Amino acid sequence: MRKISRLSRFNIASLALGFAFLYLPILILVIYSFNASRLVTVWGGWSLRWYHALFADRAMIEASWMSLRVAFSSATIATLLGTLAAVALARGERFRGRTLFSGMLYAPLVMPEVITGLSLLLLFVALNAERGFWTVTIAHTTLTMCFVAVVVQSRLGSLDRSLEEAAMDLGCPPVRAFLSVTLPLIAPAIVAGWMLAFTLSLDDLVIASFTTGPGSATLPIRIYSEVRLGVKPEINAICTLVIALIAVVIFIASLASKLSSSQGESAAPL
Amino acid sequence: MTDELPRTDAGEKAAGAAHPAAGGPLLRIEGVVKAFGTFRAVDGVSLDIKAGEFFALLGPSGCGKTTLLRMLAGFEAPDEGRILLGDKDIAQALPHERPINMMFQNYALFPHLSVRDNIAFGLKRANMARADIATRVAEMVALVKLEGLEKRKPDQLSGGQRQRVALARALARRPQLLLLDEPLAALDRKLRESTQAELMELQRRLGMTFIVVTHDQEEAMTMADRIGVMRSGKLVQVAGPRELYEAPRSRWIAEFVGDINLFDAESKLRDGHRLVIGTRDAGTLVVAEPRQPLGEAKFSVAIRPEKIKLSRRGPVSEAGHETAINRLDGVIADICYLGGTTTYKVKLDTGGTVQASVANSARLDVDAYSLNQHVVAWFTPDDCMVLPS
Repeated sequence: MRKISRLSRFNIASLALGFAFLYLPILILVIYSFNASRLVTVWGGWSLRWYHALFADRAMIEASWMSLRVAFSSATIATLLGTLAAVALARGERFRGRTLFSGMLYAPLVMPEVITGLSLLLLFVALNAERGFWTVTIAHTTLTMCFVAVVVQSRLGSLDRSLEEAAMDLGCPPVRAFLSVTLPLIAPAIVAGWMLAFTLSLDDLVIASFTTGPGSATLPIRIYSEVRLGVKPEINAICTLVIALIAVVIFIASLASKLSSSQGESAAPL
Repeated sequence: MTDELPRTDAGEKAAGAAHPAAGGPLLRIEGVVKAFGTFRAVDGVSLDIKAGEFFALLGPSGCGKTTLLRMLAGFEAPDEGRILLGDKDIAQALPHERPINMMFQNYALFPHLSVRDNIAFGLKRANMARADIATRVAEMVALVKLEGLEKRKPDQLSGGQRQRVALARALARRPQLLLLDEPLAALDRKLRESTQAELMELQRRLGMTFIVVTHDQEEAMTMADRIGVMRSGKLVQVAGPRELYEAPRSRWIAEFVGDINLFDAESKLRDGHRLVIGTRDAGTLVVAEPRQPLGEAKFSVAIRPEKIKLSRRGPVSEAGHETAINRLDGVIADICYLGGTTTYKVKLDTGGTVQASVANSARLDVDAYSLNQHVVAWFTPDDCMVLPS
């Protein structure tokens, strides 16, 4: 019997073109990060020279550390707030202005980052807040919270309301019913939301450059300012590391969601 | 606040606690009203349910039966009225404070928990000892015949098995009252019939009180001791299956429960304990006098299709009884073969049509009528009902 899933020539060609379009630039960047030559565009053999140079570059290491810290804290706060917002919108009683409220929650999704960045800058200046780690974290929380809310709300929407009612019927007060039934079921969406927030924060340049202060540059800002003075092979190396990190995060996220959907014995907190 | 209510979970049997006065109702619903905006979903319903009863709430979709059930479970609070369980008003109590459990229409099994943990869910919440939980779960699993499937997840079960898990989960806490929302709607016909029998057997064996909501009149008639018919938020008749079918209180109920032939009355004459009624579509009909005297209101004569007999030449008349038999001449206009019975649509010479349901008592079609064949449809006065329009 012929396999139905066999791809036609056309499908293979379009797949190859699509993937080339997406990944060829990244592949070139990764290969050139192992270049021995000082010139970015000339191949001089394999070497780990730029990785050594990178680990000696204190400014770059500090910027990376700053970025990771900002991404971790903003993703965590955004996940907390975004989940609460999603629960309120999906489960709460209908209240006046609910549609307006949910529309406003999603507005930052389509808002140009320049505007978000500028308005936050004006706010921080007006509040006379010292710009640095916390201002960037707060700014990124505003940016990523709505993404988390969208992801969690869509999962909540597909969840049968009567599950929670069944839990209440079987003796759970409302909050307990949420914790023991709804929360385990939306956990994959919450994890996915956190990962999304983390990567969004990690690669944001525009908002971070508006809201950060002197001496606390994030990695994208650092890379951008280096590149303006000419592309150094070292940049290729740091970019390759970031790609590796993101690949690992995505791999873990998909593994986690797979595990949670086919978990063996009861793992739910009762 | 939980302790104020009579409870049956946590192992102790619901001995007498639920039945305050012997013979008194287990559940009393008094003038309950629930409105959503300006729409009155449940509009002044009063009803008594006895302990150990199998009660069915029957009605078309949107009649308020599910809203009423949800108020009993505690998912909705009534705007007016009282719901007394034993002698406690539980109208405003939260779901987890009521010794009532519900089996949901789509079963609402927890997808992340195994069969065993689904059944044990309510027991754990009742702070039962571990060993007792294990015993009770094993008991429930045996009760619904799910042995060997304890470790499966709901998505690894068939529809019928899921229904059993839902039932076991709802029964595990030994509620004083079990609510079932369209319990068999998701099952196919064969399975539905066997499950109906099992539910009835289970209810009798456990001596528990069941309230089932359904839109399927056959299901309600098969299972329930008493049936409450709802329409537009109101309870229009509460009766046993036979009374509901043979003596519906209104034309609407007669049409909702089973099939019926209806003829609008135009005149009436008293003849002893019989009424002679003139109809436009079926000529003059003789009917038994109804128990409730008819006022001046409009009414119809109603006959169930299976009460109408067909014959080629008319009924064999016994002397003196001829006038007592209603006889309508017509031709067969439509034939619907249903296996056990055949439904004939007879076009009457007087203009109307009647449906007659005839049992196919012989395998060969010697008794069958063919299209356009002339027949006589006849029935006795006692088979007729007189219903206000």
